Amino acid sequence: MDMNEIKEIFFQECEEQLAELESGLLRLNDGDRDPETVNAVFRAVHSIKGGAGAFGLDDLVSFAHVFETTLDCVRSNKLEPTQEVLKVMLKSADVLADLTNVARDGGSVDQARSAQLIRELEALAKGEAPPAASASEPVAPKAAVAKPAAVAKAAPVEPVVNEHGFAPVAFSFDDFGGDEDDAVGDLPAYDIVFKPKSELYTKGNEATLLLRDLSRLGEMSIHCNMDSLPPLDQMDPETAYFSWKVSIKTDKGEDAIRSVFEFAEWDCELDVTAVETGEASDAATDDLPMQPVPFDLSALDGDLDVPLGVVEEEEQIAAAQEAAAETASNVVQMAGNASRAAASEKSVAAAAAQNNAQQASSAAAPTIRVDLDRVDRLINLVGELVINQAMLSQSVIENDSNGVSSINMGLEELQQLTREIQDSVMAIRAQPVKPVFQRMARTVREIADITGKSVRLVTEGENTEVDKTVIDKLAEPLTHMIRNAVDHGLEMPEKRLAAGKSAEGTVKLTAKHRSGRIVIELSDDGAGINREKVRQKAIDNDLIAADANLSDEEIDNLIFHAGFSTADKVSDLSGRGVGMDVVKRSIQALGGRINISSKPGHGSVFTMSLPLTLAVLDGMVVTVAGQTLVVPLTAIVETLQPDAAAIHSFGATQRLISIRNSFCPLVDVGRILNFRATQANPVEGVALLVESEGGGQRALMVDAIQGQRQVVIKSLEANYTHVPGIAAATILGDGRVALILDVDAVVSASRGQSLQLESSLAAVG
Amino acid sequence: MTYLAKNLTNGGRELIAFRIGDQEFCVNVMSVREIRGWTPATPMPHAPQYVLGVINLRGAVLPIIDLSARLGMKPAEPTVRHVIIVTQVKNRVVGLLVEAVSDILTINDDDIQPTPDMTSEFERTFARGILAIEGRMICLIELEAVFPHTESEAA
Repeated sequence: MDMNEIKEIFFQECEEQLAELESGLLRLNDGDRDPETVNAVFRAVHSIKGGAGAFGLDDLVSFAHVFETTLDCVRSNKLEPTQEVLKVMLKSADVLADLTNVARDGGSVDQARSAQLIRELEALAKGEAPPAASASEPVAPKAAVAKPAAVAKAAPVEPVVNEHGFAPVAFSFDDFGGDEDDAVGDLPAYDIVFKPKSELYTKGNEATLLLRDLSRLGEMSIHCNMDSLPPLDQMDPETAYFSWKVSIKTDKGEDAIRSVFEFAEWDCELDVTAVETGEASDAATDDLPMQPVPFDLSALDGDLDVPLGVVEEEEQIAAAQEAAAETASNVVQMAGNASRAAASEKSVAAAAAQNNAQQASSAAAPTIRVDLDRVDRLINLVGELVINQAMLSQSVIENDSNGVSSINMGLEELQQLTREIQDSVMAIRAQPVKPVFQRMARTVREIADITGKSVRLVTEGENTEVDKTVIDKLAEPLTHMIRNAVDHGLEMPEKRLAAGKSAEGTVKLTAKHRSGRIVIELSDDGAGINREKVRQKAIDNDLIAADANLSDEEIDNLIFHAGFSTADKVSDLSGRGVGMDVVKRSIQALGGRINISSKPGHGSVFTMSLPLTLAVLDGMVVTVAGQTLVVPLTAIVETLQPDAAAIHSFGATQRLISIRNSFCPLVDVGRILNFRATQANPVEGVALLVESEGGGQRALMVDAIQGQRQVVIKSLEANYTHVPGIAAATILGDGRVALILDVDAVVSASRGQSLQLESSLAAVG
Repeated sequence: MTYLAKNLTNGGRELIAFRIGDQEFCVNVMSVREIRGWTPATPMPHAPQYVLGVINLRGAVLPIIDLSARLGMKPAEPTVRHVIIVTQVKNRVVGLLVEAVSDILTINDDDIQPTPDMTSEFERTFARGILAIEGRMICLIELEAVFPHTESEAA
């Protein structure tokens, strides 16, 4: 999955958010004053802003931010959503949609309109009446929106401060914090020779992005070697001619440098050599035929703002400019506006063609978006088909004693076909969580950059498959949580060092299957939850009484309340308090649970447990007290027929079973689920040795094992409610519903926590 | 037919009447999805007594409520003669076990009499009104109250 795909997902989500935004505003316009509607509108804008920030779509972010601030006033009842206000907001929603489209497809927006709206929104936020349209100032002539056509423009353009009054976010080394600057002279230096092959570009990689990533490691100077560039008439636009020589000072080590080129290493020649400190910059300068160009990162962010100074420094290029103006213009672009470096290798025409080709290819992506309801219907029908087929087979077998008739053969083929159809249909929905996790990696990087923290994201279980709905809906809450973890959870590097931790914080994201659910864990090694602060904030916000007596766990869970935020100032990133309640809602909407556990000084762990609504499960079909149950195969370690001698009574009611000289508690499933009043005789049944989330082993007693089979998970929550001890239901070959055992719940129930207790807690939460 | 049309245009509605024991009840026909025969349900652990279990309704898991027990009367002993009225309120679909469906009634809102002022749990929670039709007394049931409570409702 490359960046374009990830971006495409963002834009697809934007479309959904924009639809939500519009319908919410229209509902408000119709007189709906439900705070939830306002919240939904606010969340839509907030999510767009968050995503746009991750992709560096500054125009979108700045507009969304103003819009959001105004909506916040409505949300906190400072601003009455009158018709006039809503008119401005609906217009703003349109502009937001335009900006989104521009960010995706190129083109330009009506700058006058968005500037005017920004003023109106700001006025509203300040509590003034919206200024009349006639009062609008003449619009600044320069369009700040990037146009693909701008690629062809060779002449340097002055950095544009757009007329919103938002200066472009310059991204320079100074942003990395002063202490680093001071120390930079002492950092180890490396010389890197990076020579991309043509394949690098064919595979959609871009040298610019790699160099930009590289620049995040430390201060660097960069030099482009253009010796191999042939005259224009001999140049093949599809071939890579340039190589770069980079001198970088970083404390991250050679591995970090190499990891930047991780995905490109087969398509380039890469040579990283450590240089002795102090000589690094000299050596770099001396060896080069030209002065190294100061690599100003702000050039990377804006498409048009090419630093003027670069041209003056590049006298050689200026000379070349006279000789072959077109080629040289590319060189200038390459040196200054490195974001177009790939294009600069080719003729301008080729670049434009490539741009068109890129757009064409993204438009022709071989995917279709299908309404999930249709897929669901298909899946249900196929599920029915499978059951029907099984029932048919069963009755044929019962009525046909010789078993060799052509009906039987036909049935076998039918069975195979239905199995294949079922597999294919399931494959439509079950997908690995990998894409979501990958998007998180980017989120972490961006936020780490903005906050000035050093963060490492560790992911595990990326190939865990889960239903498409779950994946889609997971991205948003996860982004919020990651943002929170980095912004609030992790401390600044100095603080971390002072606390005896490494300067680099770790955020860990894991996914795994646990008895019919997917468990996603997000942990950080930050400061943990500041319970005093949370408590105080909750009291200030009237969430709890000042004298309320709360356990640590209860305090931790306060952060899931709507409108709760302990951030002292509202930042671009998080801290408006939409984060955690959105997270909880999204997770609950998926039929999931979310828990937090936090250790002061050691960080927090968020555990989300989500159902695999439609996922297939390998299960062992067992009989308990006359009922058919399915036990997830993944939980079962082994099955055994207990020997009377192996059963030992332990206390009044407990029994232990000895397995190879270790004792394991025996749990009667029928008793735990209340299917029978007294414990069954273990010798008459079968014991399933299971391993639970807590790690301990238990022997679950069932009456008999019917067999193993793949079952389709059906939600119980849809029409009924969550049943403690039961993960979900399924439909067996005879058309009857069988329940799927929630092994973890049963095991914890056997530890003395009653199943009912869990459900009553869930009801309170 | 003219009577029906007239009633429907005058805010009239159609109700499905059914029998439990010697009493008659009815629900709005718009919330009834289908009526089907009794099939054995899979019992649910820790379920209230009135929840008989779940059955497979064309691939969906459908909880079955013994309406008799739900309304505080004697629990039913389901036989093949019993029927399940599959009802839907909002997004939830629940099957109600009743003895027999007796009638489809077309009535006016005016025909619904308020429930007498009694303090029993039953009439406060489940009864929305009473109808007098041809000398019979039929109780209009509040479906939403009959459905088992979910966690989300409690939260």
